[in-house]
Amino acid sequence: AARRGCALWRRAGRPALGPFPRGRSAVACNVGGGAVPAGKSGLAPWIPVVGLEIHAQISSNTKLFSGSQVQFAAPPNSLVSFFDASLPGTLPVLNRRCVEAAVMTGLALNCSINKKSLFDRKHYFYADLPAGYQITQQRVPIAVNGSLSYSLCIDNKMSQMVTKTVRIKQIQLEQDSGKSLHDDTRSQTLVDLNRAGVGLMEVVMEPDMCCGEEAAAAVRELQLILQTLGSSQAVMAEGQLRVDANVSVHHPGEPYGVRTEVKNINSIRFLAKAIDYEIQRQIEELENGGTILNETRAFDSKLGCTVPMRDKEGKQDYRFMPEPNLPPLILYDAKSLPANMNHQQVINIDWIHERLPDLPSVKREKLVEQYGILPEHSFTLLNEDGLAEFFESVVKQTQMKPKKVIGWILNDLLSYLKQHSLTVKESPVSSFLLAGLLNLLEKKEISSTAAKQVLAELWKGEGKTPLEIVKEQKLELLQDQKELEQICQAVIDGQENEVIMMLLE
Amino acid sequence: AALTDGLRSQVSAALKEGRVSPTELCQRCLDLIKSTKFLNAYITVAEETALKQAEESEERYRRGQPLGILDGIPVAVKDNFNTAGIETTCASNMLKGYISPYNATVVQKLLDQGAVLLGKTNLDEFAMGSGSTDGVFGPVRNPWSYSKQYKEKSVPKSHSGEEESNWVITGGSSGGSAAAVSSFTCFAALGSDTGGSTRNPAAHCGVVGLKPTYGLISRHGLIPLVNSMDVPGILTRCVDDAAVLLGSSLAGHDPKDSTTIQDDFKPFELPDLIDVSKLSIGIPKEYHAPGLSSEILALWSKAADLFKDAGAKVVEVSLPHTCYSIVCYHVLCTAEVASNMARFDGLEYGHRSDMKDSTESMYAATRREGFNDVVRGRILSGNYFLLKQNYEKYFVKAQKVRRLIANDFVKVFRSGVDILLTPTTLSDAAPYTEFIQEDNRTRSAQDDILTQAANMAGLPAINVPTALSERGLPVGLQFIGRSFQEKQLLTVAKWFEKQVQFPVIQLEEVERHNSGVFQHQKSASFS
Repeated sequence: AARRGCALWRRAGRPALGPFPRGRSAVACNVGGGAVPAGKSGLAPWIPVVGLEIHAQISSNTKLFSGSQVQFAAPPNSLVSFFDASLPGTLPVLNRRCVEAAVMTGLALNCSINKKSLFDRKHYFYADLPAGYQITQQRVPIAVNGSLSYSLCIDNKMSQMVTKTVRIKQIQLEQDSGKSLHDDTRSQTLVDLNRAGVGLMEVVMEPDMCCGEEAAAAVRELQLILQTLGSSQAVMAEGQLRVDANVSVHHPGEPYGVRTEVKNINSIRFLAKAIDYEIQRQIEELENGGTILNETRAFDSKLGCTVPMRDKEGKQDYRFMPEPNLPPLILYDAKSLPANMNHQQVINIDWIHERLPDLPSVKREKLVEQYGILPEHSFTLLNEDGLAEFFESVVKQTQMKPKKVIGWILNDLLSYLKQHSLTVKESPVSSFLLAGLLNLLEKKEISSTAAKQVLAELWKGEGKTPLEIVKEQKLELLQDQKELEQICQAVIDGQENEVIMMLLE
Repeated sequence: AALTDGLRSQVSAALKEGRVSPTELCQRCLDLIKSTKFLNAYITVAEETALKQAEESEERYRRGQPLGILDGIPVAVKDNFNTAGIETTCASNMLKGYISPYNATVVQKLLDQGAVLLGKTNLDEFAMGSGSTDGVFGPVRNPWSYSKQYKEKSVPKSHSGEEESNWVITGGSSGGSAAAVSSFTCFAALGSDTGGSTRNPAAHCGVVGLKPTYGLISRHGLIPLVNSMDVPGILTRCVDDAAVLLGSSLAGHDPKDSTTIQDDFKPFELPDLIDVSKLSIGIPKEYHAPGLSSEILALWSKAADLFKDAGAKVVEVSLPHTCYSIVCYHVLCTAEVASNMARFDGLEYGHRSDMKDSTESMYAATRREGFNDVVRGRILSGNYFLLKQNYEKYFVKAQKVRRLIANDFVKVFRSGVDILLTPTTLSDAAPYTEFIQEDNRTRSAQDDILTQAANMAGLPAINVPTALSERGLPVGLQFIGRSFQEKQLLTVAKWFEKQVQFPVIQLEEVERHNSGVFQHQKSASFS
């Protein structure tokens, strides 16, 4: 097996195809990529191969080649320029912001940026593709040969994490299509062109993964990177990040199997499910003497399985052709930048490189190093939008050690937010309030049990400070010997009978 | 001012001095359009908006604040340029009744300069043709068919002897624009030039036809034929007028067309005293094409002699890849056509078939009903060339040869040649009845042979009307210049124009409308 660190799969026990039972994905990968366990059935083991094609919608005010606004859920056909509707005689004008976003993303994914890239037309007839072709970068894309490192945990234990790498084949700029809404009862199709022409980055990952979990971890890392860069909002539910998975299985030492493409996956959780289902389906199909068709399948999230997609036009010849209305896209670096060039007219790769923000992997390292927290905690901090910032802000405002603060953040804050489906920004307890509470605890003014009580009160969001709550509910720890003695004496004095009974026993 | 006058020296001055008013000028043009309706030069005449524009212009003159030399000048635009509020049809069923919501950049620039837009001129469907005979609104008739000059010389061929069967074509595909300028119904017109579509009809109609350097004029709003070769063309009565249009409004960067030059274009005026003695004129031997009429050949060498006599160096040069040009042109042209026409699916605009069985059958029926055979044929062959298995064999190869053709020109110009002198067409205009004997593809291959290499190389080229043939029809010669050296090209063209004293068309209709003033020699407009 030439695959890097990929596990070998065996056919799972259940013979019939169908939705995955819960926990089935425990068959998942041998993330260590180690030795091949012997199969009970004695059949040769299977190696699954997973590659991804990811379309990330570029976060930009306007579309890739027109001045129309980009906005999610705007009224249908309200964001359509003459070019977007492909009115005759209109021409594409490349959006600088989209190019910069692609360069940033390419750099963040360790790609080489092509100083000269080209645009092509990809032809097919479809109602939501008004021009009859999509402008894309088939021959020379803007970025090539990169890599993405991602981590995943073994056996669902956060304490054991493995880092893997997937190669990035290329990143290309291209136009999004519109949306078709099929009304079967009235047998009509409604077309919304708001999305037509929005800029996309297609990130093509090599088939270096071997299970749903790996793919999910890789996509999650990519999502974090895009969000950190601001090059895409990458919200899967809003279609800003669309993942298609190419899946095949083969025996060790044999060439790759026929692959299927799984589409229609709209969350990272479903991505893992869809891929694992598809791997299992292919293994079962092959072991039952069947064959795998090179087809496109859709993931049905309700049924938890993949189903063949109605093939629209059979095998397509896209009749690629250079886009004659766009000159080659030329990018510069510090060396090649012509002196007399207007800065508004050129894009300098080095300039963008210098201004890249810290990527998630760097941020995690910094968190671990600076605060002495566990690496797996750094993952959790970054996985929630704003959580790392919240943590750092609390740390700044409190004397409590970061190692202790992290427990409150991850166990108390995070689980509360999850329970109530809130984002960090929506938290009723600000970092200031939490820090105040932790300070009371740190100064031993309250016990940790009392602290939890105060926190429970703080969630109500009634605008009280931790100190006020402590005072109100008299939760202070008493450290004055005399006062304690007096309290004890008062208790004893007040319960004379009980005291006598105890003494008599 | 006469309808036959040139712009800078005559008409503009007359407008400024109040000798003629923009409304008067516009009305005279509109009347002439009506009386020459049989030419079929216009698809749409925008009488109402034209008169309104003329009134606005008149108001500006009244206030003493005209917008420039084009203010109040009636112009016509080929019907493949988008005009807001005025139908844009491309002479196709596909776009019949289509009203664009925007103006092509060149149209907008003309309007911004105060020009009066009379209407949209006829063409071959989607500019695919070389006769202006293949549009859905019927063929354009060459005004020279009805000239005194032609009538006197043409001997009725057949027993019928009817004038009706004798009329000659305009050439194409900008035949409507050429006929409109030639019959004096407008002072200038826009055409488009992909393989010769401006120069070819200019030659047949005896007007100046300029194809500027690719990228000098915005294509935004020009409904494309071949994006990598299309250029808006300028048709005028004289070379000076072409310079006026180019300089005062059309040329320069357009943010809406990424293939236009970045630098600003500096308008120029052509000098009156021109010295050609220091020039080197190249005569490309490959342009002795098969089928070149002896008449034109003779005229060509006479023209070379004119330059020689004026002290210019005249050298024979070679453009060795010329013979492959037309074949490559067809591969590249049809491939882009196939792509560009994909948008006409009946969904967003244009014709939509009633066929409702499925989306696909609606597409098929829409395109079958909307496009003529020529367009459909080009789409078919273009898609064939773009198929995965053919792309390298045809498209890529044609692109490589295109590079060689462009390099031929580069080498010749690098060797010290300033301007190339060639014929524009193989012969004078053919009678319609004769022309339609051959199919569109064959005709285009023959007719574009002398013109399309300039499009392949992106170079500026101009047709200058030179003389009348034995049949009394115009014959023109072509000058090809260096990239973006329009000033030099037009200067040489102007000198040549002055030498040859091409005669003014003698049209009854024009004489009627222009009574009294028509006696002017045309050369007056050059002075």
